[in-house]
Amino acid sequence: MIEVHDLTKRYGDKTAVDGLAFTVKPGIVTGFLGPNGSGKSTTMRMILGLDRPTSGTATVNGRPYAEHPDPMFQAGALLDAKAVHTGRTAYHHLLALAATTGIPKSRVDEVIDIVGLHEVARKRVGGFSLGMGQRLGIASALLGDPEVVILDEPTNGLDPEGVLWIRNLMRDLAAQGRTVFVSSHLMSEMALTAEHLIVIGKGRLIADVSVSGFIESASNESVRVRSPHANALHDLISGPGTTVLSIDRGLFEVTGLSAEEIGDRAAGAGIPVHELTVIRPSLEEAFMELTKDAVEYQSATIGATR
Amino acid sequence: MTTAIAALPRKRVSLPRVLKSEWIKFWSVRSTLITLGIAVLLLIGFGLLASSLYGDGSDPGGPPGNEPTDPISASFTGTNFAVLAFGALGVLFTAGEYSTGMIRSSMAAVPKRLPVLWAKAAVFAAVVFVVALAASAVVFTVGQSLIDGGASWSDPGVARAVVGTAGLLTGSGLLGVGLGALMRSTPGAITTLFGVMFLLAMVAALLVPESWSDVVQYLPSEAGDAFTAVTQQEDALSPLAGLTVFSGYIAATLGAAAWRIKRSDV
Repeated sequence: MIEVHDLTKRYGDKTAVDGLAFTVKPGIVTGFLGPNGSGKSTTMRMILGLDRPTSGTATVNGRPYAEHPDPMFQAGALLDAKAVHTGRTAYHHLLALAATTGIPKSRVDEVIDIVGLHEVARKRVGGFSLGMGQRLGIASALLGDPEVVILDEPTNGLDPEGVLWIRNLMRDLAAQGRTVFVSSHLMSEMALTAEHLIVIGKGRLIADVSVSGFIESASNESVRVRSPHANALHDLISGPGTTVLSIDRGLFEVTGLSAEEIGDRAAGAGIPVHELTVIRPSLEEAFMELTKDAVEYQSATIGATR
Repeated sequence: MTTAIAALPRKRVSLPRVLKSEWIKFWSVRSTLITLGIAVLLLIGFGLLASSLYGDGSDPGGPPGNEPTDPISASFTGTNFAVLAFGALGVLFTAGEYSTGMIRSSMAAVPKRLPVLWAKAAVFAAVVFVVALAASAVVFTVGQSLIDGGASWSDPGVARAVVGTAGLLTGSGLLGVGLGALMRSTPGAITTLFGVMFLLAMVAALLVPESWSDVVQYLPSEAGDAFTAVTQQEDALSPLAGLTVFSGYIAATLGAAAWRIKRSDV
């Protein structure tokens, strides 16, 4: 369980995290979504006590992470794949971390096997690919068999096989009753793995919803209708609770009525209909719609700024 | 695929465990071992070179204007070079964690943070003191055997010079450990260490007026000389006072490093 209360972090006059409050529950995968620079990594670092909050608190299993006598058993984290001395072997890196809290060598070998780094465990980390670095980071997160697992963009740099492996790993960890908190800037990735979503933008909480709830609110579908007798059809379907947006001559988009209802009414009045298409925004579009005002680095269309 | 295992015994973070972790870290990076080897080679190599040249009428070796004037200091000609090498080793041990990003893993494992610094300093001091003491004993024994009428272990001040040199090298390394953790930059900390141990005394000799010479003896390098020299210079601190002052610099540097580690973000 992770609990965050009024968490704020300022760097000079720039506010990276602004009064965040949320709870991450055990037993499910919780996705932490936000555009680049929205404060996800800073929040995760504060949960782990690496960054000091300007104000507010973050607790892991009821206490600030740093106040646990056995921190590695409480929470394990992959914050970035480069938190490793490049001159050390993967094995010695894990062995040194394990030693701080009396985790036996056998567990080091075990996590190396879990993440599939057996072949390269005795090689220096400097020569690792990004994907191997991610696996090593995950190995260190699992060392203490922790109740809370925090992963910052774990699929970065992984090949499709690795991405699939991470998804299964996260689901397994959650199924074992652990708290799994994983950040991403890809909605589609989260829709596949997470059950709950915490969405932030510019350091502020935008949404704290279940994935199914998010999908429901996002699937605000409309129907595209094309008819040679557009005006007659327009009169037939407009009414309270329905919006009709004219797009082109003989073409409009209707929200508030299903395709079936529109088709039936048109047939009843003998109006020919040439097209009846259901338009559903993708999750990615819904996510972008939700965070569009909170994007830190907005790209301008070339030419538009001239 | 499963992560389920036979229940892992839950243990706490403790200083002995963090010491063990730092011990593993020290010996598992190749650059540490190479720097340690270079430091030993510099101490022994220059010492034996100067010893073999001592008293045969040729250039006695050592930096110009600082030629050895007695057989014992001839054998310790390499001390200045070794000071830098052990200092650099200390810097690498802490600043290296910041430059590679390892520090985030270390501090996530030990979120109280300060045990990491204390354990680093302790492991470093223990290893370097043993190595430096052995090297300093070797360079003295072999060096003196190369010199006609060389000193022996029973001569007054010899034991202090040998042990004192090991202490100076360990202390310089600890200054490096502290500066590396304080500045979080390898080049910055090495440059500062070089400035403090060498340039400061030179600048002081050039700029400080005669009446201020009392101040000069409290510089780190001069305080270090006070407890390593066999023959005491005039206007130098007593060996004990020199050791105390030198230890004071180390304590102050480590204290400043601890303050920054505790206070700022990793």
